[in-house]
Amino acid sequence: MIPTLFRIDERNDEFEGTFTLRLCAPTGNRPAAFSPGQFNMLYAFGTGEVPISMSGSLDDDDAYVHTIRCQGLATRTIERLNKGDVIGVRGPFGRGWPLDTIAGKEVLIIAGGLGLAPLRPVIYQLLNGHHGARRVRLFYGARRPRELLYYREFERWADAIDITVTVDHADHVDRAWKGRVGVITEPLEAARISSAGTIAFLCGPEVMMRFCIHTLLKKGLPESAIYLSMERNMKCATGLCGHCQWGPNFVCKDGPVFCYGSVRSWFNLRAL
Amino acid sequence: MKGMAQLLHEHPFFAGMQEKHLDFIAGCGENHIYNTGEYIARENEPADHFFLIRDGQVAVECFVPNYGALCLQTLHNGDIFGWSWLFPPYMWTFDARAEDEVHAIRLDGKCLREKCEADPAMGYELMKRFARIVTQRLRATRMQLMDVYSLQWPPLDRGQ
Repeated sequence: MIPTLFRIDERNDEFEGTFTLRLCAPTGNRPAAFSPGQFNMLYAFGTGEVPISMSGSLDDDDAYVHTIRCQGLATRTIERLNKGDVIGVRGPFGRGWPLDTIAGKEVLIIAGGLGLAPLRPVIYQLLNGHHGARRVRLFYGARRPRELLYYREFERWADAIDITVTVDHADHVDRAWKGRVGVITEPLEAARISSAGTIAFLCGPEVMMRFCIHTLLKKGLPESAIYLSMERNMKCATGLCGHCQWGPNFVCKDGPVFCYGSVRSWFNLRAL
Repeated sequence: MKGMAQLLHEHPFFAGMQEKHLDFIAGCGENHIYNTGEYIARENEPADHFFLIRDGQVAVECFVPNYGALCLQTLHNGDIFGWSWLFPPYMWTFDARAEDEVHAIRLDGKCLREKCEADPAMGYELMKRFARIVTQRLRATRMQLMDVYSLQWPPLDRGQ
């Protein structure tokens, strides 16, 4: 697949090392539609490609929105790009969140750090009243108050979503922080969660998801009601090269969103 | 107006505890309201009480010289605070400060210790509950130490 050229239409720095780009096709064509949870391969010319989840609204159908953290060579190159610069895009790829199964259910959105980015399109959908969820709760854990993603949007989200935010650390820079300090499993542990009619979407560092899944299972949530977004090194993004093979699955093609009940044995297998 | 035994019964910490034990413990408890900014406990001062938080947010802090108070954790409705009353020398090891108006049940540590000695079965029930809380806090602390949202664990195969 050959990347399509997209132009950076907007750039927002979320916090140090993390930024959001809105990408438009230079020809003015509408980009292919995506499902929440899918990703694009972003190509920094001369450097390499990286898989980055969609983090914008489905209603913004003129563009793709991606939130990116500087982690490696390609993301550091992309970080140097500004409004008007051009980037290569392949996608959308993968399977997203099972939004067609949430009607009448309570949806628990559990995100850690940058893991909120792939879940933001879900939140937008739910805020717009799509999919008929009975209730939506967001549990969001971040490293520090100044590393809370999309924090400015929370006030608007809170009209329709019960939001619990916690940070692992709050130092002198964050003296104004009056919210929770502690790990995300604590409010999750304290929450009353019905084991029936509830579905959980998780995205964040794998170790954080593991502890959250322990908590959810302890509360009686069935494995079939827990969905998580996985991350592995990807190259082709179409299930051909095998870089992202995870047990019998390719994260790029069969995921990145998986039902925990289907991948439990791989999720709990070390070195995979 | 609810009695102390009823308030204890409703708190998650005492969930499942026998009524006779709750009635016994209730004799050591009193309701207390802490104003915003008020210290509930101070490091190195006598730890005479333990607290069941009914409403409000409590910051567990450590004072760092040339820096000030560092918040290590916040506690909320349904949480408990304080186990220093259980072990000699019965001194607080951290500060606890009310971040907003905190409604708490304050239980007298000395009174509780005496009741635990007098009724080992009740004491064991209480210790099991404290052990669970200590385990949860230790797990949370370990997770905090892992700093899972930092950049410290780049993928092994990122080709650099």
